[in-house]
Amino acid sequence: MLLQHIRDIKDPEHPYSLEELKVITEDAIEVDDKRSYVRVTFTPTVEHCSMATVIGLCLRIKLMRSLPPRYKVDIRVAPGSHASEASVNKQLNDKERVAAALENPNLVDMVDECLAPSLL
Amino acid sequence: MGESVQWIKHIELYVSSTATPSEQAASVDAVATLLKKGFFTLETLVKEMEMYLTTTDSIVRSRGNLLLAELLDKLASKPLSSSSIHSLVGFFTERLADWKALRGAIVGCLALLRRKVDVGNVTNSDAKAVAESFLQNLQVQSLGQHDRKLSFQLLECLLNHYPGAIGDLGDNLVYGICEAVDGEKDPECLLLVFQIVECLGQIYPDPSGPLANYAEDMFEILGSYFPIHFTHPKGEVDDSKREELSRALMLAFASTPLFEPFSIPLLLEKLSSSLPSAKVESFKYLSYCTAKYGPERMASHAEVLWSSVKEATYISPQCTLTKESELLGGMGFQDSEVMKQSFILLQEVIQQYGDFISLVLGDNDINVFINSLNQYKEMDDIPSLAKQRLHVVGHILSTCAKPSPALCNKVFNSFFPLLMESLGISVEKSFNGYLDEDCSPPAEFNFAAIYLCIELLAACRYVAVSLDSSTPALEFSHQTWSTMLSNSCKSLVKTFFSLLRSMEADQSASSGVYFGVKGLEILATFPESFLPASNSLYENILSEFVRTVTSGSTETFLWTLTLKALTEIGLFANKHPESAKAVIFEKIVVEKFVSLIPSGESAMPSSLKLKAAFEIGGTKKDFMLKVVHALSAAIYTNFSAAYDEGNHESGKVMIQLLDTYTEKVLPWFLKIGGFEEIPLNFALGIWEKIEHTKYLNLSVLEIAMGAGYQDLLGAIMSAIKKSVGSCSNESQEIIINKAFGVLSSSTGFGFESGSSLVKEEDVKQNLNPGDSSCKHEWLTSLFASVIIALRPQTSIPNGKMIIQLFIKSLLNGHVPSAHALGSLVNKLPLEIKGMNCSGNLTLNKALDMITPTFTGISHHDNVSQSNGSGIDFSSLRLNTLRMQSGINTAIGLAWIGKGLLMRGHEKVKDITMALLSLLMLDCEGGDSKELQIIDEEDMHQLRKTAADAFHIILSDSGECLSRAYHATIRPLYKQRFFSTIMPIFLSLVIKSDALLVSPTYTSRSMLYRAFAHVVSDTPVIAVLAESKKIVPILLDCLSVLSKDVANKEIIYNVLLVISGILVEKNGQEAAVENAPIIINLLIDLTTYQHMMAIRETAIQCLVAMTELPYTRIYPLRTKVLQATSKALDDPKRIVRQEAVRCRQSWASIASRTLRF
Repeated sequence: MLLQHIRDIKDPEHPYSLEELKVITEDAIEVDDKRSYVRVTFTPTVEHCSMATVIGLCLRIKLMRSLPPRYKVDIRVAPGSHASEASVNKQLNDKERVAAALENPNLVDMVDECLAPSLL
Repeated sequence: MGESVQWIKHIELYVSSTATPSEQAASVDAVATLLKKGFFTLETLVKEMEMYLTTTDSIVRSRGNLLLAELLDKLASKPLSSSSIHSLVGFFTERLADWKALRGAIVGCLALLRRKVDVGNVTNSDAKAVAESFLQNLQVQSLGQHDRKLSFQLLECLLNHYPGAIGDLGDNLVYGICEAVDGEKDPECLLLVFQIVECLGQIYPDPSGPLANYAEDMFEILGSYFPIHFTHPKGEVDDSKREELSRALMLAFASTPLFEPFSIPLLLEKLSSSLPSAKVESFKYLSYCTAKYGPERMASHAEVLWSSVKEATYISPQCTLTKESELLGGMGFQDSEVMKQSFILLQEVIQQYGDFISLVLGDNDINVFINSLNQYKEMDDIPSLAKQRLHVVGHILSTCAKPSPALCNKVFNSFFPLLMESLGISVEKSFNGYLDEDCSPPAEFNFAAIYLCIELLAACRYVAVSLDSSTPALEFSHQTWSTMLSNSCKSLVKTFFSLLRSMEADQSASSGVYFGVKGLEILATFPESFLPASNSLYENILSEFVRTVTSGSTETFLWTLTLKALTEIGLFANKHPESAKAVIFEKIVVEKFVSLIPSGESAMPSSLKLKAAFEIGGTKKDFMLKVVHALSAAIYTNFSAAYDEGNHESGKVMIQLLDTYTEKVLPWFLKIGGFEEIPLNFALGIWEKIEHTKYLNLSVLEIAMGAGYQDLLGAIMSAIKKSVGSCSNESQEIIINKAFGVLSSSTGFGFESGSSLVKEEDVKQNLNPGDSSCKHEWLTSLFASVIIALRPQTSIPNGKMIIQLFIKSLLNGHVPSAHALGSLVNKLPLEIKGMNCSGNLTLNKALDMITPTFTGISHHDNVSQSNGSGIDFSSLRLNTLRMQSGINTAIGLAWIGKGLLMRGHEKVKDITMALLSLLMLDCEGGDSKELQIIDEEDMHQLRKTAADAFHIILSDSGECLSRAYHATIRPLYKQRFFSTIMPIFLSLVIKSDALLVSPTYTSRSMLYRAFAHVVSDTPVIAVLAESKKIVPILLDCLSVLSKDVANKEIIYNVLLVISGILVEKNGQEAAVENAPIIINLLIDLTTYQHMMAIRETAIQCLVAMTELPYTRIYPLRTKVLQATSKALDDPKRIVRQEAVRCRQSWASIASRTLRF
């Protein structure tokens, strides 16, 4: 169900969707409806992918728009798939930092581009 | 002389390099017109132009030449003397050497060569000279695209019109053409090139002629174009062009067998290409070339051809199961294009070259495959690839067997014994003529063998049928396949029977059922002259099918399939109506099913009985007539049983009988036409029954049947409507006279007393509930259904009495009477021409009768004009009984208004006003003391009915006033009504706004209700034009209506109108002004609990709102986002998805400042 919402997000560097690139898969999404908790684990394409944070940000924003506010969304990089795993995880789940990132017009433009509905 | 000056001016203009192309074209036309009219001769022109034609200035010279050439082109139909043609063509032939002024020369030659014989044309020797000059002087490939095209046209023209003359040129010509076409790339020119090669093939068919010498070179040039493929596609035009080019190239390939040694290897080589399109093209070309080259030449390629066909089909089959596959025994396949084309090739080769079949039959792979099939015991056991192969092998075998009896023999010889053996059947003729009776069919079936067997049977049936139609008295017994089949026929039938019986318990669509039924159907549809399917066998098959159908209790797969097979057999047998098979079919099948209709004994449910009877009847007119007679007889019997004796079982059966009659049988007769007496007799028969039914035990029946009682009445009514509606004027007159006679002879209708007008007392009397008998109402309903379906031209006797009858019963709350009145005012003629028709009714007379009755109760026609000064409420508020009659009046007014509106009569305005005044009743009454007397509940009901009347007026009804019932319908009547009533509504709304106090609340909500009906029933286009004025009211309307749950359907309709407005540019302008209100309303509706569609549409409308100007909607953004976040948690998934879409589009209109 949840995959419906995020499968079409485009990679910031390629014209492919995250699903096509196998960045996210169905197994990587956990939903606990009773406790209103969602955890998405994504796998960046290469270990030192510089776009990992942007992908994470896209996921977060898309889910913020698509899920009722009661949900707590936790976004993580798959263990062992990224060079600086801990710092990326920290960045993505820090409210302040996400808010700060959204103040950055360049970043927001990039996110918006990724989220634009594809024609396919 | 003045004229000569004029045309010389034209020439000068054309030749000068300053003139524009349009001026030049104009001057050519002008000179050509003068020449055609004969103001001067061609010779004079040439003399005058001499300077331009021979000057050393090449630009002027080329223009001069071109002018002369184009003039000749325009004069194609003007007769010219042979000497002038000769000199002109000589001149242009010479000019072909002048490369600087070439175009004129080519156009000139072309114009002259294209001339018809009757206006003087070029002689053969001159044509040959042109060709020689062309070959000597022209370097086609060094010219521009247009000149190349002209040159190829010239060549094609020479080849087509003067093949004899230029044929002598031989090698020279062929070589020249090779040279000219080599390396051509432009598609238009290529098309010509391919046509030229095709012509060459026809001119030099000789295997030792000039083309033979150059065939290899020529094909080298041609072959490089295969397959046609554009490297730089320029849009969708290419596709049709590609087709055209590909076809031309194919014709060129096949133009002469001389190409065979080169083309077939090339095509075979391309088959191994990885491009599917190249494969398809190769197969297509191969099929076409095979037909053209002839069997001798193709014989040497036979093996390669077979292996390539096998490769494309058997080795790597590309076919997918279709959706209906389940219903086709699990073997329904959709072939890929490559496979289709390769099957066509196979068919072509087999037809051309019969020995080819030995390759197929001797193929080891296929034999091994067929032998391997024994291992599969169930259809589902067969793996997918093997299934595809099975399909392919079946197709190949049937393709091989179909072309001729001889081929069929060979296929049967090789495979049939094998297949029969795996089914446990012998093909040898045993000494007593048939197999051992005791030999019982095996318990398990080899489905693959059965499948192949059925394919073979179908193929030999095809052969038998085609033989049967060509040579009537052919001896089938000499054919091997025929002998084999007749030896095993009986056992085959037995096998199929046992297959069917073993599956009978199985409800689902199993392949066994399909194959069993299919096999029997094929065996039963062999032509009569073919012995194996003898009559006794045929009878057996039919009886078995009939047994299967009649023992069915539900509509299983087996049941439907068997019935279908029976209809197919029936259709086949009826092709020869005199034949023994047709007679047997009628005896065994038709009579059985017809006899089933009336009897209640069989185990079959009556719905199945009726369906089977209808399907079987559909195979022939005579059969259907039998079905109709049985059906009507059954209806009449049950009618008596139900109404005389109150038998409720008969009543239920009758509903089904009537439904079959109206939904199936009657439309079937209408479709083939020419059976008017059937509906006429049926309607008369029903009235006859009514007349002779003594007791009419309605109340007993009503108690016995419960809810079914109304269904029965409805079924009779629609049967009467349908049958009356399909009659002609004359028949309708017979029916109405009969019906009126029945009505007036029964008591309680007041016709005997001859009362002239409905009096107040009458109405009151009839309003007493106990007084109106069931029977009266019942009869009136049936009579109303006759009236509803009449044609406008049918004259109605005793019109006045009929109208009185309907008015009376309408006031008692009888709705069909309202329908009948509506239909009457819709169809009555305005005036009657002719003498003795005083009994006939005109529209005005009818209206004179109707109007006072209704205004007598709601005499507020003039309310809006006189504004409540002299309204007499007393008549209305006598008692609640009166209130009820008011409601009935409103319903009547609605249907009468609808009838008038559809024919475009002006009186509809009065009726609208009357309805509006009912709607607004108490808000005009003000503080009258009497107001409290009225029961508020009833008042509400009355207003609601009046509001809903607008829905009746504008919506389409299936009950009456439709095209099927011959209503007079003026185009755009809904739009017209909308535009007249809209201003009235607007002013009423403003007025009611002014009186915004609590007692008026209900009337205001009813006003909005009526308004909502009008807006949502009018086509959106008309509403859009007025959107500016309507949008604010629509919004008020929504907010008022959404307070009551019962209004949800209306709200939904209004919401649809709003969404229609929001997506149109015109409507958006209106929406801009009210954006905040609209959004607030929509937000409220996104949480509307009572209907999911409303929430969904409201969110969709919100998405549409984002198209409005940015500045207008930006302030509302946060509000929308907050509101839709609630919708994200909606219980329905569709709504949640819409909400996500909505939030996405609202969030992204200003993502720079994302706030959540």
